[in-house]
Amino acid sequence: MFIAPAALVMIIALFYPILFMVWGSFRDWDPSQNISETEFVGLANYAKLLVDPAFHTSFWVTLVFAFTVVAVEMVLGVGLALLLDRNIRGMSVLRTMFILPMMIAPVVVGLVWRYMFHQTYGTFNRALEAVGLPAVNWLGQNPLLSVIIADIWQWTPFIFILSLAALQSLPRSALEAARIDGATGWQQVIHIKLPLMMPVLIVTMLLRLIDAFKVLEVILVLTGGGPGLSTEILALRIARTAREFRELGEAAAMSNYLLMLLMVLTLGMFAFTRWQEARARRLRFAAEEEG
Amino acid sequence: MADNTYDRQNPAYYALIFVLIFMSVGPVVLLLTNSLKLDVDITSGAGGLLFMPTIQNYETALCDILWYEPDHLRFCQIRFGGAFINSLIIGLVSTVLTLVFGCMAAYALVRFKFMGRDTLSLSTLAVRMIPPAVLLVPVFGLWNNAFCLDNDYGLGMWIRDTFGGRGDVCLAGTHSGIILIYVAMNLPFVIWILQSFIVQVPRSLEEAARVDGAGPFQTFFIVVLPLIKPGLAAASIFTFRIAWNEYLLASALADRDTMTVPILIVNNASEFDGLGTIFATGMLLAIPPILFTLFASRQIITGMTAGAVKG
Repeated sequence: MFIAPAALVMIIALFYPILFMVWGSFRDWDPSQNISETEFVGLANYAKLLVDPAFHTSFWVTLVFAFTVVAVEMVLGVGLALLLDRNIRGMSVLRTMFILPMMIAPVVVGLVWRYMFHQTYGTFNRALEAVGLPAVNWLGQNPLLSVIIADIWQWTPFIFILSLAALQSLPRSALEAARIDGATGWQQVIHIKLPLMMPVLIVTMLLRLIDAFKVLEVILVLTGGGPGLSTEILALRIARTAREFRELGEAAAMSNYLLMLLMVLTLGMFAFTRWQEARARRLRFAAEEEG
Repeated sequence: MADNTYDRQNPAYYALIFVLIFMSVGPVVLLLTNSLKLDVDITSGAGGLLFMPTIQNYETALCDILWYEPDHLRFCQIRFGGAFINSLIIGLVSTVLTLVFGCMAAYALVRFKFMGRDTLSLSTLAVRMIPPAVLLVPVFGLWNNAFCLDNDYGLGMWIRDTFGGRGDVCLAGTHSGIILIYVAMNLPFVIWILQSFIVQVPRSLEEAARVDGAGPFQTFFIVVLPLIKPGLAAASIFTFRIAWNEYLLASALADRDTMTVPILIVNNASEFDGLGTIFATGMLLAIPPILFTLFASRQIITGMTAGAVKG
């Protein structure tokens, strides 16, 4: 059977581990123990997390980080795509250069940005000094902002490229018609381009949002979650709980919370696209009835 | 209206494009120039782009596989060469395995109609949703315990009883342990993207091959495979990139001998006396992705847009 190898790998290395994790989250589990030796503690791990202030902080940091990043990137990416959607020379070069930040290892991205944010010899502070402004303590006092800037640098191109592809596959006839009817540039953007792009934009946003919850390495190298807990996103906290505090059960419970959160987001978005498709179909149907 | 001439534009547009390119490439250029500077020059910021390039940092980084002994080194501390080879092995093997399994599964799914496209794209999305950090705990636990051959329960026992093998072998700390999780992580995406290419291969072409006396395997390798090359390229770049860049799961599984380059960079990133060396290792890690970007940007864009536009 052709599917067998793929299915086998997926079951062994993906589904079984996740079920295993769910089971492990109900146990008091130390990494040196076999899971069969551990004690069943029911929902204790989950309950403990609910009243753990550090977990609350991480949770909020994660949400703030993910939503800020996605919002800014959507605005920037879509804006740039609308602005640059012209038949000009240099577009392919721009696109190629734009992929670069996404392809490079997050670890390396973190490394370079840590240098650029450095208090004394970092690129930003040197530039600020050159124009006579006071230096900013980027990673010390504005850690979350720094992390967000780095992520925006890395991932805005993703949204730019996807929305550009969406723009260029729009039906020419609708745009022609609008131009003949005398719509201005802004009117074209708001009434025709954006609504037609909407399905793709929503999927793009969903993909980016999912990925924003996965960001880990950049933050790990940039700030290591600190200072304090100010940039300790959930993924980082899971890694630390598992490896430094050696509380696998708690880390598993935390993973489950994260997974549930993502599941709700994914299903919500999915339901939304379904609903929108249905509405579009109904509208089309109604238009045909009238006509 | 398909005109291939370029519209003439305002110079401001070119300025904007220039600024955008500068912004996206700037940090990468910074990485390159810093990797060619001495530590003193990096921290003092002297010279900007005008400086004497030195390959000393690269010599320090690669000291364990160089055929000569660099003059400035008394002791080879960073074992980058070994990590680089580990990264290569893990990246290449997991890419090949993912593509082979993915091809077979995608072909079967399209031609023999097992599941609908909806199920597949939904499961791709579901797997994409799982952050690596969520996999960390089970991977940590399973690979160290249940997937060991010396166990009395679970998969380890089953493998040992079925295939034999030494009792003290665990998947953790081996290349295959890391490869296994990468293959599993990438398979859904690869299957999905290959499937969207295989659907476009006309059925009649395959039937013609069958009439000419080709078996199912021959049909697949001679007729289908050459037609889905762009899809294979996109899929392999994405898989390789993930396996090459991934840090978290590799760091949970690798030991001293199977360490990959990202782990090495994170472990050494906090030591500021070897700043130039770290930049050199970062640059070496970034070279394959940069090459992909320069030579296969079209395939990458195909792979990326296939995720959203066709979905």
